[in-house]
Amino acid sequence: MIDPTVARIERLLRNPLVLIAAVAVLTAPAVLLAWLLWPWYGAFVQGLLADPFWFPLLFMLFVLVMILNATALCILAERKIAGFTQDRRGPNRVGFWGLLQPLADGLKFLFKEDIIPANVDRGLFLLAPCLALVPALIGFAIIPWAGEVRWPWMPADAPPVSTQAASLDVGFLYLLAVGSLGVYGIVLAGYASNNKYSFYGGMRATAQMISYELPMGLALLCLLMTAGSLRPEEIVAQQAGSGVWYVFLHPLAFLLLLTSAFAETNRAPFDLAEAEQELVGGFHTEYSSMKFAMFFLAEYAHMITGSALMVALFFGGWHFWGLPGAADTSWVAMLLRLTVYVTKVVVFIGLFMMIRWTIPRFRFDQLMRIAWLGMLPAGVVLLAGTAVLAACGLARNVWACLTLNVAVLAGMLLYVGRSRRPVTGRQPDLPPVSVGAVS
Amino acid sequence: MRDEDVLIVQEPELTAAERLYLPQIFDGLRTTLRHVFSLKRRAQIVCEYPEVKREEIGAMRTSNYRGVHRLNKDPDGRVACVACFMCSTACPAHCIHIEAGESPWPDREKYPVRFDIDELRCIYCGMCEEACPVDAIELTPHYELVGRTRQEMIFDKAKLLQIYEETKAIKPRRNPPITDYGLTGGQGREVAEPNNERKI
Repeated sequence: MIDPTVARIERLLRNPLVLIAAVAVLTAPAVLLAWLLWPWYGAFVQGLLADPFWFPLLFMLFVLVMILNATALCILAERKIAGFTQDRRGPNRVGFWGLLQPLADGLKFLFKEDIIPANVDRGLFLLAPCLALVPALIGFAIIPWAGEVRWPWMPADAPPVSTQAASLDVGFLYLLAVGSLGVYGIVLAGYASNNKYSFYGGMRATAQMISYELPMGLALLCLLMTAGSLRPEEIVAQQAGSGVWYVFLHPLAFLLLLTSAFAETNRAPFDLAEAEQELVGGFHTEYSSMKFAMFFLAEYAHMITGSALMVALFFGGWHFWGLPGAADTSWVAMLLRLTVYVTKVVVFIGLFMMIRWTIPRFRFDQLMRIAWLGMLPAGVVLLAGTAVLAACGLARNVWACLTLNVAVLAGMLLYVGRSRRPVTGRQPDLPPVSVGAVS
Repeated sequence: MRDEDVLIVQEPELTAAERLYLPQIFDGLRTTLRHVFSLKRRAQIVCEYPEVKREEIGAMRTSNYRGVHRLNKDPDGRVACVACFMCSTACPAHCIHIEAGESPWPDREKYPVRFDIDELRCIYCGMCEEACPVDAIELTPHYELVGRTRQEMIFDKAKLLQIYEETKAIKPRRNPPITDYGLTGGQGREVAEPNNERKI
């Protein structure tokens, strides 16, 4: 029997109109206040938005807040997709269609007891969740979200402001460096927990990270040779200019990057570091409450960073055929570009989630075999081929690059088809087991 | 276990395409995506628990569901248990505590003075049901089992007998039981065919 009061509250929350009304009531005063006070601070805000230094920072802040919210929504989406793939409904008790579930999750995490076990390395134990979360969040600084924009109130001769927080010469190398820092959080969590299963989890994460950094680097080197630049905004501009996304040139390199991104984010099928069935949760076994939530957030933030990187490098960033290009700096075009970018990222996140609920986890030897015997040789051959193409001046020729990729793929198939089956499991030529031999 | 009883299962040989993983991944994605978009199927399969219950829509077999225990009564309304301790011996969770006393009835030697089951320790494996020689302890299809204290969740003899009264309508006592021990309810004897195929 459900308590009637509880049932009534639940029904009320599940009414979409109540949800909309609540949002309206909560935001209306703030909007009203902002509108009333506009004459006093409007010019200041306009100045900030037009400033080439402050605008990217403000935009970054906006993106950061959006991403922190998006991670919460991602968790809902993940659970929904998990439900749908298994013919269930997913969370649908809190709010309309379960939309208040992230809120409920957050509240639950906040109110849970925060346990620090007695025998942990206290400093590292506290440091690890931060180390996991921070690299995942600062990676966004170099993502070129929406090109450049010129606000209507800016003078005509002023340079347009950029929606990218930092335009670095090292470009996506920065993202690689920061992204792989994230594994420190996992390793330290495993080490500091003073628990052998957590430690196994941390060790697995390390080995996995080392293995998958290599194919990722090789794939990105192929792209670097094609694009001739490390700056993501320039790579996006090239793709937007020619209208040919680099995924059409280098599908294999994209696949290598995608697979490595799965491994980098520690998600299924590469989630050996947390493997519930083997390691009771792995590195985050000993964590509870908000610290556990931070690992969770880090995973999703990492996923969003990875998706944003892949969209920028291989899927043309904010470019879509028929939509205004980089030359159009009106704010409408900027919003359109932002929408395109975010849509692409959302599609990627959907792919990440679908893959997670489709494919079983790899065994550790399989994981290593894929990285070292599959992806690494393919990456090296692809890199050599791209280098030859680049030397011949064919680096951006679609047909040359595509032929190369298909040839490497065919070579892989041929090699795999002819190579010996890896020795796994119990072999028939071993002596028979005799369990009852004791008596 | 003898050597010839050991089956060595050989992993099937993978084709080149299978070892490349990609075609298989797309195959799997096709399957999961089909499930994601099969709204009709989901609407048919899912029953939303507190409002709709499985037994109400006929999606649960009440005959073999392993829910809360009950202590059966014999046709005379006495507790069927003969306090043989088989169930508490078989119990892997050690959640059954019996105190035996001399039976006041002439047809059996002992009866349970106390019979406590800790429903929180129980893992609902059904071993007690299997072990019982007089089919006195049984698991019922009731699964909504809540309490506010741990003490409340230790069910005593009276409570277990009461559950029998509550559930005998949806799950009648199995009859005949496999033994005819006095008047505990057995009217016949039913012995399972020995399984000659089975190797020990």
